[in-house]
Order: sequence, then C-alpha cells, then structure tokens
Amino acid sequence: MSFLANLFNRRSSAPVARDRLQILLAHERASVGDGKSDLLVQLQKEIMEVISRHVAVDQDKVQVKLDRGSGCSMLEIDIEVPGIEQTPKEKGGKPHSA
Amino acid sequence: MAQVLVVTSGKGGVGKTTTTAALGAALAKSGKSVVVVDFDVGLRNLDLVMGAERRVVFDLVNVIQGDAKLAQALIRDKRLDTLSLLPASQTRDKDALTAEGVAKVMAELKEKFDWVVCDSPAGIERGAQLAMSHADQAVIVTNPEVSSVRDSDRIIGMLDSTTEIAKTGEKMPKHLLLTRYDPARAARGEMLSVDDVLEILSIPLIGIIPESQDVLRSSNLGAPVTLAAPESAPARAYFEAARRLAGEKVNVTIPTEKKGLFDWLFKRGAA
Repeated sequence: MSFLANLFNRRSSAPVARDRLQILLAHERASVGDGKSDLLVQLQKEIMEVISRHVAVDQDKVQVKLDRGSGCSMLEIDIEVPGIEQTPKEKGGKPHSA
Repeated sequence: MAQVLVVTSGKGGVGKTTTTAALGAALAKSGKSVVVVDFDVGLRNLDLVMGAERRVVFDLVNVIQGDAKLAQALIRDKRLDTLSLLPASQTRDKDALTAEGVAKVMAELKEKFDWVVCDSPAGIERGAQLAMSHADQAVIVTNPEVSSVRDSDRIIGMLDSTTEIAKTGEKMPKHLLLTRYDPARAARGEMLSVDDVLEILSIPLIGIIPESQDVLRSSNLGAPVTLAAPESAPARAYFEAARRLAGEKVNVTIPTEKKGLFDWLFKRGAA
C-alpha cells in the first residue's frame, strides 16, 4: 500500500513543480542577467510617476499585486486617492493665480 | 517583543530554506504573526518553496534602496493570513545589502510581527553575516554528515563573534536542528547519530527532522511541509521544534511515518 502511495505521490507533485518552474523561468530569463529590470516593475514605477504628478499620493496607501501566468500576467495597482478636487493646490504649495 | 530568528548552516543544501518555511508556517499556525525573510540575494528561493514566486513585485533590496515601502514588498500567504514573506532580490550586485539598510528594515519588521525568521544564504560571507546580525536566537541546520557538521561549527563561532548580540558581550542562544536524519542507518552505525553530532557541536537540540519524501513533495507543490502535509513525520517534527522555540518544554522525539490504511487515505484526502 505504501508503495502505491509513494508512486502516486511522485506522479502527482512533479508535474506541478515542472509547470511552476517553466512559468517562473520564462519570466526570469527575460528580465534577469542582462541588467534589465522586470517590465512589470518598470511599468508600476512609471504609472506611479504619472499619477503623482497630478495627485498627492501617499506611498503607504499604494498596494501593488502581481500574478505572473504562462499566457498573461496581472498587475494590480491599488491607489488610495485623497479628495481629488483639493489636491493640486495642496501639494503645489503656491497658488498659481498669484 | 518580537523575536528575530536566523536559520543558518554554513553549508548549502542542508535544508535552511525548507526549515525557514516550515518553522515560519508552524509558528504562524499557532496564531503569532510571522514574516519569513530571504537573505539570499542573487539566488532567492524562499519565494518558490513558499509558492509565492508568481507574486513577487518588490524585494528586500528595493526596500533598502527606497524604491518601495516595506508594506508593498511583503507578500501575504494565501493559505495563512498570519504569515508573510519578504523576498530577496535577483540582483548580482553583492553590495546591494548594506548593514544600515538591513538594520532599518529589521527594526520595522520587529514592530509589525511577533516573529521575524531570517533565511540565511550558504557560506560565511556578507549575506550570511547580515542575516544573523540582528538575530535574538539561531537555528543551526545540520545534516548528520561530516562536512555539514564542520561547517556548522564555523557558523557557531561566527554567531558568537560577528553579531550585534556578540558585540554587547552576550552569547546568542543557539539551537541545533538535525535534518535528513535516518534513525535506522544511525542505529546500524552508517550515519552519525544524534548523540555524535550533539557531542561534537555541544549546543542544545531543538528538533530532529527525519528524511522524508514529503519534503520534496511539498517544495514541488510550493508549500511549507507543515502546511502541505501537516500529519507527516517531518511536519510533526517541525511543529515540535516551533513549540520549543516559543518556550514550551517538549521532549525531542523522532516522529515516524504513519503507514496504516487510515493514514494513507487521510493523507490523500488532505493533499
């Protein structure tokens, strides 16, 4: 019985390991080694730059989630934006009309 | 007060990452908030063993260099919400970790969590030294094999000389965790026994993890063995070790594989 269990064990987990590695390495080969940073991390950085140019964003209120898949990846950026209407002058310091 | 634990060994491939994941999950299961931190910059693997490799956005080096906030780099475990991971970076820059940067991150982690479990890289260089520098206690992972025991001895010396605790003149509490142990081979005299290793290293024993197929199976699946196969012999040994770390008095045993039909069915059902 334990022989069967072992056989079954081995069959069930190795394909999972192989699939996980294939997905992971496909992403890593594309980003590690040649000094290029991960595309998604770069994207996240630039999106944040654009948004913070217009809105005062508290870095602590930004949640970034990522799920790398074999066919497609998901980048989810959650930004808490404090009352849009008053933020430009608040952060800008000096009122432009002056 | 948060406890910082370093999992170290000197030698590679003895089970530091497996142990970090398994002990971290075991402590988290007891209700404490736990973060496991990968210090192996350049060759991160704790994310893979924890099954979070697809969710890594930021890492320890990003936090140290100010590219990300700590909260953004922490990855919450999907199975256990008291467990989090701080991944290492893949950079080849050896100097990406600075002593000041590590000190700052560790101070922040200690505020957020009950346990900070640091997975040390192999070797005795910078990464290994930084991983142990802020520890309150150390788990030394050792295989019953000559080169592993020798390297553990080196690491024990470093724990008492290069760490913050050592600089204050105190001794760091150290615990021996014997992994990949085969009681039958030790009994036949083919493998160093528990007593042999304890006599040579003379530090207290925190657990004996028997050699088991469940360890590889769990890492294949991307789960700490204490979550993927909590009834297995190695998981029970890790749960015992975690209770001892938390201060409970539990006798050290060598759990054995349960091979009855009921257990077989139960294990299949849980997997």
